[in-house]
Amino acid sequence: MSLAPDDAQTSRSGADLAPDAPPVLAVERLTVSVRSEAGVTPLVSDLSFTLRRGETLCIAGESGSGKSITSLAIMGLLPPPAVRVTGGRIRLGPTDLTALGEAGMRAIRGDRIAMIFQEPMTSLNPVMTVGTQLTEAIRAHDPVGRAKARSRALAALKAVRLSQPERRMTQYPHELSGGMRQRVMIAMALALRPEVLIADEPTTALDVTVQREVLDLLRDLQRETGTAIILITHDMGVVAEMADRVIVMRDGKAVEEAATADLFARPAAQYTRDLLAAVPRMGRGAARAAVAAAPVARLADVTVRFPLKGGILGRTTHHVHAVEHVSFDIRKGETFALVGESGCGKSTIAKAMVGLVPHEGLIEIGGSPLATLTGPAMKALRRRIQMVFQDPMAALDPRMTAGEQIAEPLLIHGIGDAAERQTRAADLMGRVGLTGDQLGRYPHEFSGGQRQRICIARALALNPDLIIADESVSALDVSVQARVLELLRALQKEYGIAFLFISHDMAVVENISDRVGVMYLGQIVELGTRAQIFGNPQHPYTQRLIEAVPVPDPALKRPATARLSGEVPSPVHPLGEGPARVVLTDIGEGHLVARP
Amino acid sequence: MTDATAGEAHIPKGALARLMQRKLALLGLALIVIVVASAVFAPLLAPFAPDEQHFDGLTLEGAPLPPNETFLLGTDLLGRDLLSRILHGARTSLIIGVAANGLALVIGTLIGITAGFFRGWIGSLLMRFTDLMMAFPALLLAICLAAIFHPSLWIVAIVIALVNWVQTARVIYTETSSLAERDFIAAERTLGAGTGRILFRHILPHLVPTIIVWGTLGISTTVLLEATLSFLGVGVQPPTPSWGNIIFENQTYFQSAPWLVFIPGAAIILLALAFNLVGDALRDVLDPMQRGRD
Repeated sequence: MSLAPDDAQTSRSGADLAPDAPPVLAVERLTVSVRSEAGVTPLVSDLSFTLRRGETLCIAGESGSGKSITSLAIMGLLPPPAVRVTGGRIRLGPTDLTALGEAGMRAIRGDRIAMIFQEPMTSLNPVMTVGTQLTEAIRAHDPVGRAKARSRALAALKAVRLSQPERRMTQYPHELSGGMRQRVMIAMALALRPEVLIADEPTTALDVTVQREVLDLLRDLQRETGTAIILITHDMGVVAEMADRVIVMRDGKAVEEAATADLFARPAAQYTRDLLAAVPRMGRGAARAAVAAAPVARLADVTVRFPLKGGILGRTTHHVHAVEHVSFDIRKGETFALVGESGCGKSTIAKAMVGLVPHEGLIEIGGSPLATLTGPAMKALRRRIQMVFQDPMAALDPRMTAGEQIAEPLLIHGIGDAAERQTRAADLMGRVGLTGDQLGRYPHEFSGGQRQRICIARALALNPDLIIADESVSALDVSVQARVLELLRALQKEYGIAFLFISHDMAVVENISDRVGVMYLGQIVELGTRAQIFGNPQHPYTQRLIEAVPVPDPALKRPATARLSGEVPSPVHPLGEGPARVVLTDIGEGHLVARP
Repeated sequence: MTDATAGEAHIPKGALARLMQRKLALLGLALIVIVVASAVFAPLLAPFAPDEQHFDGLTLEGAPLPPNETFLLGTDLLGRDLLSRILHGARTSLIIGVAANGLALVIGTLIGITAGFFRGWIGSLLMRFTDLMMAFPALLLAICLAAIFHPSLWIVAIVIALVNWVQTARVIYTETSSLAERDFIAAERTLGAGTGRILFRHILPHLVPTIIVWGTLGISTTVLLEATLSFLGVGVQPPTPSWGNIIFENQTYFQSAPWLVFIPGAAIILLALAFNLVGDALRDVLDPMQRGRD
């Protein structure tokens, strides 16, 4: 594979970018293989690329494409003994990293090549303070005194714009939010001024507004330090915003390599075109007629609080105000979306609606209030409302076959005999795009998207009026996500099912919903039709959410906005206190907005 | 393990058939069959009665005889034939190892699963009781219980079960409480499944590997606990032989007649090993994730 000519004008990061300078990192015909009883299987084959100072190279691809294996190979962190580099070279300047032993690699890791991972909580030591970890990391590579290292650590925390850096030095990782932890990881990675920074899905576990801040930060730091970045991501929006050049990988092979602008404007490979087409984009949702049918579910003034016990007597001292005075209704055949960031209470509402957590206020499903129902009436109600969870692997019993799980609701409710249930299960499998002969397989024998289809089939088995989809497509690759969304739409059209679609992804919500409720800290701050929310967002939080979405268009110039570094307030309040209640006002045609 | 396995043809095969393909499992099964057979047919197989004291079974000095033509495994301190005692002792040890241990597993699993699933006051109550039992010296408890009831083989088995369920309950409790938090259990609830259904159809199958591991570990501990009880006079009453009490009766002769300890000891180890091999194989065969890997 030949390298695309590097044109400097596509680079948006590089003060230090020198087109003719020798590359910092060169990967030549890299092959990584896994050895198993079945033989040697390549995970990455024949991959070549170079990386220059100050450049950002994105490696994009879906799960299983070998992008993370590539980064681990560069770091010399491939899981021994099964996975090994079986061909090619990785050169850092003049040094061949593949020929270096573990001792040699240890000197390079952190010092010359640093890495940040997807989940910062698992990469930080939970029993050491942030300050100690940073200081140790610096001292491990640089023989400086403790005080000197500490002041450098503090400077690094300031550089990543962490609020109250002195206090953060003395805190433990669990005391920080996800965004703050990722900043600490970046501070740690950049404290030693490495030549190459590998960021493996650095923002995937973060909320969209926090993702925005972290991406901005990475870009700013790169401008200052000239570090070359390899950014590994599945998100084409992130690629468009960050990359100078892109490598699209699939099944361990580079499908395409191009400058970012070229890739988005003129994708050469069919796979790249498919991938780009599958990315949900804002403004793509087809206009749909407003649904005016009777509500299948109605929530009025619903509040969910969890007690926190403390003190010697174990009395309740604080409450987590997960959901506060939420009211909305879901009409027959419509898709109502709840959007918001993690901890805003959207999933708690879903759990309250299926009776998994207790609630105050009124939840009415098909005219009957949930709280008053017990025993058989509750069981009967369960037939009308079903749920599809985020992680299909976790939501399916690994010891039961797909067929058994789809027939399970029928069995629970005593519908049909064994043969009828089997037929119905096969029928449902067909309906969600699987085949009847896959009924006897176990969940682990399916792919992620197929598993989610099984969950959808299980939810459909009882012909419910309402299906709650709690982040049901977030864990899926974009191309799979697009197909699952399509399936949901088709099923809605066919059966007239209403969906409560819970998501943090504004682009997906924009594509699928009829009406949208925006949640912040347990309360709805804006509620309206899709056109109202996305066309005319009124609440500042809604505007921030929409603006934060990475847009898969490298030509788009983002208006300079204030760099946010504030933290979301805590939903925990002492007994008897609570958050200020927001009041929603109608600004016309049912568009409700919280008064600021 | 996503797309690759998804493409494979699904071959439905019985768990039993797959168990039969494992050589080690077959070896374990064979050993178990041998032990069971010797227990059942002990009167036919044994060359002598187990409690018959042979006149020529001791040396002139009164020491036990080493293995010889008449007494294939030698004699014990009272001049009884060791082979006959071991064959007959298999009955006692099997009953203790299987029945007492099985009962302990059932009690432990029930208490652990109930406490782990329901938590709240009932869970706390059960687990504090378990902790109490754990803190109490098991041997002392067994001696008390055995002293209250007239010692017979079955009473000893029940006493051992009442002492041995504690560890199982602890482990099952921990596993159940983590399983109960999993999404697929929440999914079952939203489908309208009742508690019994969730417990027995969805939680219990996941506990099978743990139960098997504790079950196989328990075989040797229960057999030895029975021996201890016998030694203290509250277990199986002499002259009825059990593998455990053969060891304890003869341990004073350990230096001059080591076979008296080694041979019954080896029998206990073989029994535990046999159950271990079968248990391991069962665990793998029952786990759908392991299919196609053997």
